[in-house]
Amino acid sequence: MSEIYRRDPRREWIARNRLHPEHTRVLAELGGLGATSEWLGPNGVIRKNPHAIGFIGPNGVKRIDRSGAQQVGQAAASSISAARQAAQDNRRNVNIEAPAFLVAVVPELSGGRLSSHDKDLLGLARRLADADAEQPGAVVAILFGKYKEDALGEAGIDRVVHLDEELYAGFAPEARLAALSAVERELAPRHWLLPDSPLGGADLGRRLALRLGGGQGERPATGLWQIEADAEAPLGWRCTTRGAAGSLDIQRPLPRVALALAECAEPVDETRHAAEPLSLAEAIPSALSRIEDLGQVAVDPAGVALAEAEFILSGGNGVKDWDGFHYAAKVLGATEGASRVAVDDGFIARHRQVGATGTWVTARVYLAVGISGAIQHLQGIQSCEKVVAINLDPGCDMIKRADLAVIGDSAEILAALVAKVEQQRGGQRDAA
Amino acid sequence: MRPEQQGIEVAVLVSVGRHPITGRTRRADQDARGLELALGLERQVPGSRVSLLHAGPRSEESEAALRGYLGMAAGAGMAAGAGMGLETLTLLEQAEGSDAIPALVEHLAAAPPQLVITGARAERGEGSGLLPYALAERLGWPLVNGLAAVEKVENGVATLLQALPRGQRRRLKVRLPAIVSVDAAAPAARQSAFGPARRAGLEVGRVAAEPDLALAEWQLAPARKRPKRLKIIKAASARDRFKAAAAKVEGGNGQVLEGVSAEQGAEAIFKLLKEEGILR
Repeated sequence: MSEIYRRDPRREWIARNRLHPEHTRVLAELGGLGATSEWLGPNGVIRKNPHAIGFIGPNGVKRIDRSGAQQVGQAAASSISAARQAAQDNRRNVNIEAPAFLVAVVPELSGGRLSSHDKDLLGLARRLADADAEQPGAVVAILFGKYKEDALGEAGIDRVVHLDEELYAGFAPEARLAALSAVERELAPRHWLLPDSPLGGADLGRRLALRLGGGQGERPATGLWQIEADAEAPLGWRCTTRGAAGSLDIQRPLPRVALALAECAEPVDETRHAAEPLSLAEAIPSALSRIEDLGQVAVDPAGVALAEAEFILSGGNGVKDWDGFHYAAKVLGATEGASRVAVDDGFIARHRQVGATGTWVTARVYLAVGISGAIQHLQGIQSCEKVVAINLDPGCDMIKRADLAVIGDSAEILAALVAKVEQQRGGQRDAA
Repeated sequence: MRPEQQGIEVAVLVSVGRHPITGRTRRADQDARGLELALGLERQVPGSRVSLLHAGPRSEESEAALRGYLGMAAGAGMAAGAGMGLETLTLLEQAEGSDAIPALVEHLAAAPPQLVITGARAERGEGSGLLPYALAERLGWPLVNGLAAVEKVENGVATLLQALPRGQRRRLKVRLPAIVSVDAAAPAARQSAFGPARRAGLEVGRVAAEPDLALAEWQLAPARKRPKRLKIIKAASARDRFKAAAAKVEGGNGQVLEGVSAEQGAEAIFKLLKEEGILR
């Protein structure tokens, strides 16, 4: 290539002329993104071309985004995802090689993921571990059963003890307690933290506390919601716990075992930890179990309160075949919900309405059929984990909220889903 | 009913409750549910005997609250044709501020019942919910929490329904003797009849009291409102902060299937439901 820089006056002229039909193409050719809107002028002054930046807003007015997040129109989508990635990447990587002490956490892991309660608890564990920056402790998470969580390190976990044997499945407090006792013998963590939630730590934590300390038992702090440093306390912390059915605040030194309420601390969001797998050297002694788990009992989903239902099939204005809808709810074993329109039109009872004027639901999976997603409805499903939408309109707000959206006729898709479930069950329902 | 089926001894541990608004003494809600469960059991397994047990100080107020439990059994026994076992309550009298656990352990170990029912946590004092666990640990009995119903008792093995969050139930088999604790998922307690409650007797026994030293050292105060968590927005620019405050719906990172057949859409949904373990 020759070293001589050749100017093309015609192209420059097109680049200056916004009304020229080839204007955008030439702009792109001249120097890609950014370069056309800002360059070093011949006198060493930065020159800016305000016409080259910005985008056409929803009302046809040109908007300029000074944050730099959105570049020239065509690159908008890619730059947003890049910005989101950048926001995630600025977490600081922390690797604690030789921890001064250990903080053991037994998360609840409902549905195989860290719940918000678990994340708060891990935030509390990090507060205990990182109190002394010179000698940081490490957070050890003891996970029972299979998990689907892939961001263990981002929640603040340094080491992971994963116990995935069959005997820990279901209600197995004795086996789990034996495992935790083995962890106690081998790792001797300074703190034990468990969530004070009915499914997770409330049961196991109390059992553990009484088993520790050579049978003498530790008196755990239950319903803990606040800790503060205190040099006089044995472990260096004081805590505030709820007592007497939530009517008392008890201030006491932090014991070794603590069962914390939700929102006891802020979840970790600035650091990413190693989450290294750790295995126990000694075999866990098998405990004699006097409790046998016979598995979950099928409960009538219609009898479950909407606010606490696990799986909700919710119908809205887009549902035309209500018989098919009710049948699908029966086959899927889902609790029925509805949007305001469906309730107003009399297709479903008022107490089944989801949203701001109805019930705020907490389902793990929310299947919205023919619901476009009014803001009042979306408020009601804020705390749902997975939202699946079936809708005809690909631009509606429910599709934006959904984790999985299928665009198509709701009746057909529901019928296909029902057929699939029935086929998978091997026609048991047909026989019955 | 088979004649060889023997009833079982059920001990219900009851405590003095506290009305959540007025703060007056009352029968504790969870303990009353436990007694309701035991009375239902009396009907299910004929010949069962229910006894009430309380350890704590004796005063006029607490006595009135404890008689609330005794009033529950009025008529229950007669209707079922079973033994009217619930005319007295055993009160292990202790000084204020003493530990109830050693006294209860001693009493239960002396005449072990087959099933001990307690509430999940007390409405006064520390209310940590540790008592059933401490009893189970010291007596060496299995413990089941969050009981919803007793399905049957056969050959020293009880089949129980445990309440899970979200209205779910789990079936468990437990070898007796066992301790079970009930919470709000158990059937609601019936009304207490005043007259039978007044007429019923309290069997008072004095026990050696160990003062609860740890509790005496702690500072107790009426619960103050927990601070509401603020939504922390970490944004580099004003635009991000504005968006976080005003944005309606984030363009999610969800998967959108457009232009697929109904079968393909159903397949994708089916896969997600399977992954979540929703379908049974």
